Amino acid sequence: MTISEVKDKIKQSSARQVVEESIELAKKYSDYNALLSLTEERALQRAEDVDSGKITGKLAGVPYVVKDNFLSFGSPSTAASHMLETFNAPLQATAVERLEAEGAICIGKANLDAFAHGGSTENSAFGPTKNAINPACVAGGSSGGSAVVTALNIVPFALGSDTGGSIRQPASYNGVVGVKPTYGTVSRYGVVAMASSTDTIGSLTTNVEDAEMVMSIIAGRDARDMTTLTDYFMPLDAVKPNQKIGLIKDFMTDGVEPDVRQKIREYVTKLEAAGHIVEEVSLPMAEYALAIYYIIVPAELSSNLARYDGLRYGHQTNKAKTLVELYGLTRNEGFETENKRRIMIGSYVLSSGFFDAYYLQAQKARTLLINEFNNLFTKYDALIGPVAPSTAFRLGENTSDPIKMYLEDIMTVPASLAGLPAISVPAGKSSDGMPIGVQIIGPSKSDAKLLALARSVENK
Amino acid sequence: MTEITRDDVLRLAQLSSLELSEAEIDKLRVDIGSILGYVQQLAKLDTQGVEPTYQVTGLENVWRDDEVVDYGISREQLLTLAPEAKDNQVKVPKVL
Repeated sequence: MTISEVKDKIKQSSARQVVEESIELAKKYSDYNALLSLTEERALQRAEDVDSGKITGKLAGVPYVVKDNFLSFGSPSTAASHMLETFNAPLQATAVERLEAEGAICIGKANLDAFAHGGSTENSAFGPTKNAINPACVAGGSSGGSAVVTALNIVPFALGSDTGGSIRQPASYNGVVGVKPTYGTVSRYGVVAMASSTDTIGSLTTNVEDAEMVMSIIAGRDARDMTTLTDYFMPLDAVKPNQKIGLIKDFMTDGVEPDVRQKIREYVTKLEAAGHIVEEVSLPMAEYALAIYYIIVPAELSSNLARYDGLRYGHQTNKAKTLVELYGLTRNEGFETENKRRIMIGSYVLSSGFFDAYYLQAQKARTLLINEFNNLFTKYDALIGPVAPSTAFRLGENTSDPIKMYLEDIMTVPASLAGLPAISVPAGKSSDGMPIGVQIIGPSKSDAKLLALARSVENK
Repeated sequence: MTEITRDDVLRLAQLSSLELSEAEIDKLRVDIGSILGYVQQLAKLDTQGVEPTYQVTGLENVWRDDEVVDYGISREQLLTLAPEAKDNQVKVPKVL
């Protein structure tokens, strides 16, 4: 279901009816556990305001869902954690405000790995989300709920956050379009911080055109987020032929499922048929990207999550006698195991005696990775490869082994560490019917061009 | 695999303000050891003379006017979020 189809439906019936149907569908699919809460009352009120002409805009009456690590009105903003289980946000995220200013209607909050730590949505404090195509499989993550509600056509689009692949990988697992923009493109004001040097906000949609529409609304400088870039995002009509595209051969090794490689090769053929030139390229530092990521990101998040002290907002233990116990027990009760694992890794790599060997070495290795990207972008307009080494795995399959789970991020973390735009678009299905996504990575601020490139071969 | 002891876990938990349960201590000891073992592969990279990257946009010292902006959020509203509040302040257990 595309945004323009929904807008037609609103014209033919009413925003109220479209929003009601969307909420009904959300309830019908409650077994997927893609939504943590519905904002029914607020959504229906806004729909009536659209019908009466009080609310107007490019997305007037169009329902959508937002990942529950965004602060928004109408239901608690939980980050899928016990820590924020009853947290009623006093403000809304800039991205949510911008969509509301264009008349879009949030109908609910999507499930995620608690605090966005994970790649399967199995780390949610409120149970895993099931894959939209095969409910025995994971939704991917951490924006699993956002991908599933889009794939199930509950809403035409959803917002997600991507720190190391959290939009792209679930988009790939559920067969939708996911956009992780250039770092700094979309304001993170009002979004629960994870790793400040790689956190980005983006969209999940059923096609590329809708991604361009949503991104053009949420992108842009925000005085409340000093890391946002000057406005630059502007969808392109078309991309010129003869684009030079590098196929990252380090992502096409035997460790990648044959079906995944096959679909990427077919996508290459489509690009060539559209007049583009594809050549194999090498990104040797990609091998180290995951190790870099799992030092830098825990370091940053251990600092960002220090704010959850049980005093000012969020969960507070009722078992503590002293202040120190209050901190420790509140945090132990409020965080999931994966949160604790990452916080403690962060504490380790930042502690004196280990800082140089881990954190500093990782930040230097990050420079080497960025240099390799920069070199490739002197010769190529974009790079492509798979989003993940496999299709969605079975629920529970990787939960006992954190490293195995982390390896799912191996192809998405490089663009995150370099702050580059990267999109995930459907490239077909495996022999057992599971969606496979292709990842397109471009130089900084080439987001619109990547989308136009994907649109030029969409449905071909 | 990096050998992480029970004491290491307890020290990290203390640094992280986490009061772990007994069952968690052993599980996290194994997990943290294997994660640190994995990331240690970076040690073999030659990074001599390479500058670290701390941020990717090049934006530095972004200034704004020193003016109070009213975002419409009141002190009363924020205090309702605190588990305990008294006399217009957040209430905490005795420190000393």
